[in-house]
Amino acid sequence: MEKTVKTFSVRYVQILDENGDVDKKLEPKLSSQQLRELYKWMVVERVFDNTALSLQREGRIGTYAQSLGEEAVHVGSVYATSDADWVFPDYREHVAFLMKGVPVKSLFMHWGGSEDGMRLPEKSNIFPVCIPVGTQTLHGVGVALAAKIKKEKLATLTFVGDASTSTGDFHEGMNFAGTFMAPAVIVVRNNHWAISVPRTCNDPDWGGCQTRAETLAQKAIAYGIEGIQVDGNDILAVYSVVKKALDKARKGLGPTLVECICYRLGAHTTADDPTRYQDPKVVAAWMRKEPLARFQRYLKKKKLWDEKFEAAVQAEAKRMVQQGVQEAEQHKPKATDMFDFVYEKLTPNLKKQRVEWQD
Amino acid sequence: MARLTIVEAVRDALDVEMGKDDRVIVLGEDVGANGGVFRATDGLYKKYGQKRVIDTPLSESGIVGTSIGMAANGLRPVAEIQFDGFTYPAFDQLFSHAAKLRNRSRGRYACPLVLRFPYGGGIRALEHHNESPETYFVHTPGLKVVVPSNPHDAKGLLIASIRDPDPVVFMEPKRIYRAIRDNVPEGDYVVELGRARIAREGTDVSLIAWGAMVRECEKTADQLASKGISCEVIDVRTLSPCDWDSLLASAQKTGRVVVVHEAPRTLGFGAEIAARVQEELLLYLKSPIIRVTGYDTPFPYFKLENEYLPNPERIGRAVEQVMKF
Repeated sequence: MEKTVKTFSVRYVQILDENGDVDKKLEPKLSSQQLRELYKWMVVERVFDNTALSLQREGRIGTYAQSLGEEAVHVGSVYATSDADWVFPDYREHVAFLMKGVPVKSLFMHWGGSEDGMRLPEKSNIFPVCIPVGTQTLHGVGVALAAKIKKEKLATLTFVGDASTSTGDFHEGMNFAGTFMAPAVIVVRNNHWAISVPRTCNDPDWGGCQTRAETLAQKAIAYGIEGIQVDGNDILAVYSVVKKALDKARKGLGPTLVECICYRLGAHTTADDPTRYQDPKVVAAWMRKEPLARFQRYLKKKKLWDEKFEAAVQAEAKRMVQQGVQEAEQHKPKATDMFDFVYEKLTPNLKKQRVEWQD
Repeated sequence: MARLTIVEAVRDALDVEMGKDDRVIVLGEDVGANGGVFRATDGLYKKYGQKRVIDTPLSESGIVGTSIGMAANGLRPVAEIQFDGFTYPAFDQLFSHAAKLRNRSRGRYACPLVLRFPYGGGIRALEHHNESPETYFVHTPGLKVVVPSNPHDAKGLLIASIRDPDPVVFMEPKRIYRAIRDNVPEGDYVVELGRARIAREGTDVSLIAWGAMVRECEKTADQLASKGISCEVIDVRTLSPCDWDSLLASAQKTGRVVVVHEAPRTLGFGAEIAARVQEELLLYLKSPIIRVTGYDTPFPYFKLENEYLPNPERIGRAVEQVMKF
């Protein structure tokens, strides 16, 4: 005998199309002020990104990972969190820190080569930048699990990239989240690239790609949790889906995997040259779908955007970012801190090495 | 005072801390209804329930990575990995995150977790069940590494480890899990981390060891006493942070050092001890420092494990060598 024991499907959500026209039935109930706030944060991230890129080129910060093209994923997701919710970024979600109350200077201190940048404010429920990809999935699930044990009303929001879904820790995290019904939401920023390796397999008979799976959202199915795909260039869709997932998590109804389809419009980092492996025509096509211009069209149609508003938003973002640059550049890390934060108390061994360094 | 084995002392320590502090959570594979494959968590599941004694999926990186999150959100996770060889999948979480979280957030986050596991050879186990990976952990700044050698210390050191504000790797010598029964105080006490113990006083040679090798050194000392050689046995107890003052004091006193460990020789912790002793005490030394260790080979299948592991005969030969030098 043979029979189908289970079939699965994956939903896709888009609310704003490329022209900025909205699907009225799905349009989230956000006030004019909230919509403008979403826009402001996206502008802040883009201004931050451009500034960081210039600073790197001038040698004023180290290697930097751009966020160009991912603003809707970052802003839409974090905007859906409550203050009590925790965020677990990898290394591209710069604006997530700012939205959680971390000052701009901290980010420039971090990318400028000082651990002090990740001495995050106590009230900011966000973990430090995470470079070993995929590993942060487990931290988000661990905090969520602790919250469940302690009966705290909160959820965790973890960002991973498309390539992170190839790592063991991503799968171990998903499995833990599923088994324990942890209040965790995992957002995959599917930007189509892991440095030079594409998300999608183009060769029917060989690899050179991230996964042959048709969607990344379907990876949730294997763990008995909900997976959903979203247009990651559409901030309304990202916000709505992540909001629903976080609400669900806080109600004890389990974790969700949200795959946001966007496109890495910059390089992997400032150390990368994407012209070696990307087709400029494809990049140009994705550029036309980019999230900020799309949302601007929508706001314009709603009479929430005009040149004057744009000028004010840009000026404020530049002021905020420039102030952060200045503050960060005045910062000098204390060399003895490299000894003093390894353990809560200096060990005798480190005490000796600290003295050795000072001599 | 109760007469307990090491594994019973471990269980008792967990029980004491769980009873006192509801932030303490035990998690791992088969730690729940089964009470752990060595019974180190026996009865805790019944007593504290499934939310404090958590059976996890078979997922070592998952266990450690989740523990990091739990610790960051105010709990005191005590994670069990079933065997030494299965800690390797969790190295990334342990090295890249647990060990660095405090430093890379400059104190905003800490990671007070304990990772316990049975280690070492001598129980005729399958491959991957006999490893002595202490060097990897000691070499990683940010971790503390504790190895008890007897029931009293096992309980006191584990309680101290659970209360410690930093991540502690707690290696339990499975070969002597049930070999010794000892007086163990009831209730709450700690053996402070970072303090070595003089297991036996002597004047001619310092035998420095930890875990199951302390007993081998003590047996050697017994045998050599009849030949008129007085061995001092130092039980390191905490490999990181190491109590260098005590180790060096003994080395200075005797002028002869033999280090004994199960792990392979090259870059084992014995190498660090030898380096330190010669850096600080060259002119006090009466002979070269000798290491009696596992060989630089994979741990053999159990028919050859006794050929691999240090024993009183090999340790005794090393002692005679340093005495004759």
